[in-house]
Amino acid sequence: MRAYLDAIAAGYPTVSPALVYLIGMLAFGALVVFVFILPVAGITSWVERRVWARIQSRIGPNRVGPGGFLQWLADGLKNLLKEDVIPAAVDVPLFRIAPYVVVAGFVAAFVALPFAGSLIIADLNIGILYISAITSLVVIGILMAGWSSNNKWSMLGGIRSATQIICYEIPVGLSIFPVVLLSGTLSMQGIISAQGWAPTSWHMFHSPFLFVSFLLFFVGALAEGNRTPFDLPEADSELVAGFATEYSGMRSLLFFLAEWGNLYVIGVLVSTLFMGGWQVPHFTDNGVVLAVAQFATMFVKAYFWVFVAMWVRATLPRVRVDQFMTLCWKYMVPIGLVNVVGTATMMVVLPQGSIVLRWIMVAMTAAILVQFARRVFFHLRRANYGRLGRISEGAA
Amino acid sequence: MIGTVHYLALSAVLFSIGAVGAVVRRNVIIIFMSIELMLNAANLAFVAGSNSLGSMNGQSIVFFVMTVAAAEAAVGLAVILALFRNRQTVAADEIALLKW
Amino acid sequence: MSPLAFYPLAFVCIASAMGVVLSRNPVRSALSLVASLFCLAVFYVFLQAHLVAALQIIVYAGAVMVLFLFVITLLNLESDRGLGEKPVLSAIGFGAGAIVAGGLIAALSRTSLGARAVTLVPTFGTTKVLARQLFGDYLVAFELTSMLLLVAVVGAVVLAKRDGSYEGDEQEAAVPARSEEASH
Repeated sequence: MRAYLDAIAAGYPTVSPALVYLIGMLAFGALVVFVFILPVAGITSWVERRVWARIQSRIGPNRVGPGGFLQWLADGLKNLLKEDVIPAAVDVPLFRIAPYVVVAGFVAAFVALPFAGSLIIADLNIGILYISAITSLVVIGILMAGWSSNNKWSMLGGIRSATQIICYEIPVGLSIFPVVLLSGTLSMQGIISAQGWAPTSWHMFHSPFLFVSFLLFFVGALAEGNRTPFDLPEADSELVAGFATEYSGMRSLLFFLAEWGNLYVIGVLVSTLFMGGWQVPHFTDNGVVLAVAQFATMFVKAYFWVFVAMWVRATLPRVRVDQFMTLCWKYMVPIGLVNVVGTATMMVVLPQGSIVLRWIMVAMTAAILVQFARRVFFHLRRANYGRLGRISEGAA
Repeated sequence: MIGTVHYLALSAVLFSIGAVGAVVRRNVIIIFMSIELMLNAANLAFVAGSNSLGSMNGQSIVFFVMTVAAAEAAVGLAVILALFRNRQTVAADEIALLKW
Repeated sequence: MSPLAFYPLAFVCIASAMGVVLSRNPVRSALSLVASLFCLAVFYVFLQAHLVAALQIIVYAGAVMVLFLFVITLLNLESDRGLGEKPVLSAIGFGAGAIVAGGLIAALSRTSLGARAVTLVPTFGTTKVLARQLFGDYLVAFELTSMLLLVAVVGAVVLAKRDGSYEGDEQEAAVPARSEEASH
């Protein structure tokens, strides 16, 4: 990004370079927000509703556009045009600001998210630390929303959400450490460059510790994103809609925008840290083709985890608060600590890693996946036989 | 151009605001927050000095100050909770049991 | 850092710091403090202290201030008397503060710190350099810090525990009636 702006600044020697940087960054930021973040978050909401519907044997939104694809646009427009109700007893300034703080915390994470080898807004040397820092602004926004709404459900939802985010920050941090130890850098592009395109060179399959780290990270990230099974803050059967109860129209939509967009951030982080990010085999020397291929790889990997999160949400019930705390403090934090020490020990004993171990890890994962797919297809077939059987009985 | 002096001046202003807050307010929690503000003003001075001298020592000290501030916040807030449970108040001038 | 960025940011920082002192409502004070600390993190970025800036946001916005907000909402301190009750004493406090700030700035204006003494090496402020220092020169202090945090955690848990249900604490055992009252 910096290099492009340098080139542009060199083209206009009369204009101060600082101004070129400022305008260039603002334009690029606006481009990323409107062309990438908003559509991705919106389309994710449609995909989520369709996937859920499919899993629950319903149809889901299918009226607006082909297959209901434009539903997110219609919903967005509807919410924009709705009246922005501000209840009488709320703390008005904080109530108004809170959704923006949440969205700012989420959008700011995109600054350090890699899209492809050459496509990143800023490859900060503290990349992953920056992302975990800036997303903690979301906590403040949520607490603001919960407190300023002056409503018991909002307050409880806000406090639950903040507790959840700051508790799960610890296992998530601990599961990032092994990756940072292996890569020797905090920069996102550096972490990706330390891996290769083949699964055997992904951090995830470096050793059993890294694989457990990956699981911890995914679970912790779901909890930080307030996703089911950890959606206690907006548990609709207990707290109406949690911290978003009093919000309507666009402000309420902003919270959901952050939630859906956050899914994509989680996907990118998982694929960057553990799955080789945008790495593709070097099949062409054409930079543009390579960049497109890298972008597509990254997007597919990230969206796979978004899909898994939807699947989990449609499958698992919500945990209770005590189970949730037990999971974090009694299981995930100790396991995370063991992972850090184990990875460090591994790196001392086998500085180059072990290619045999990597192949065994990959083979075991593949075997588990194959077995899982066989179970799924077995049950699908059985369900179909059952249905056909009933039909033939009815006919007879 | 903004130099080290500007940062130090900003740090001085923030420190004074924190000091005033610690003296003027009666709510123990706000006094506590003012102390955090003073610690952070000192941190800004350390970082500015580190930048000016090209030495990383200032940043290391900021790291330690942050750790101590976090420990202080945990213990201090626990003390405030215990205090509130026993005396039903967090106003510093009502906690006068040890005054002669 | 250009004056165009410095002065607005410094203004926001000072204004939100004033907000901490002047707000009647503790929640607003806490949120003002978050804004002020966030501005400080931006200054750290401009001063090439990237790691410190990230830590500032993680530690303060992510943990310490959330703890403050928890305690404030737990104690339900909605109404506060603010500054209004003893205006003379408040005025004296503000006057003293202004004198302190003025004195410090006057002393600063006579120093020659304007220009940077040395040019910064390119690795200045990177995680690697800071880590080498923390785990090299300051290793003992660093390890002692971890002990401090452990002691603080244990202390906080003991102090904030609600009932005298654990053994060996004579203070809690002496005032069981009091805590009974408090729970009603």
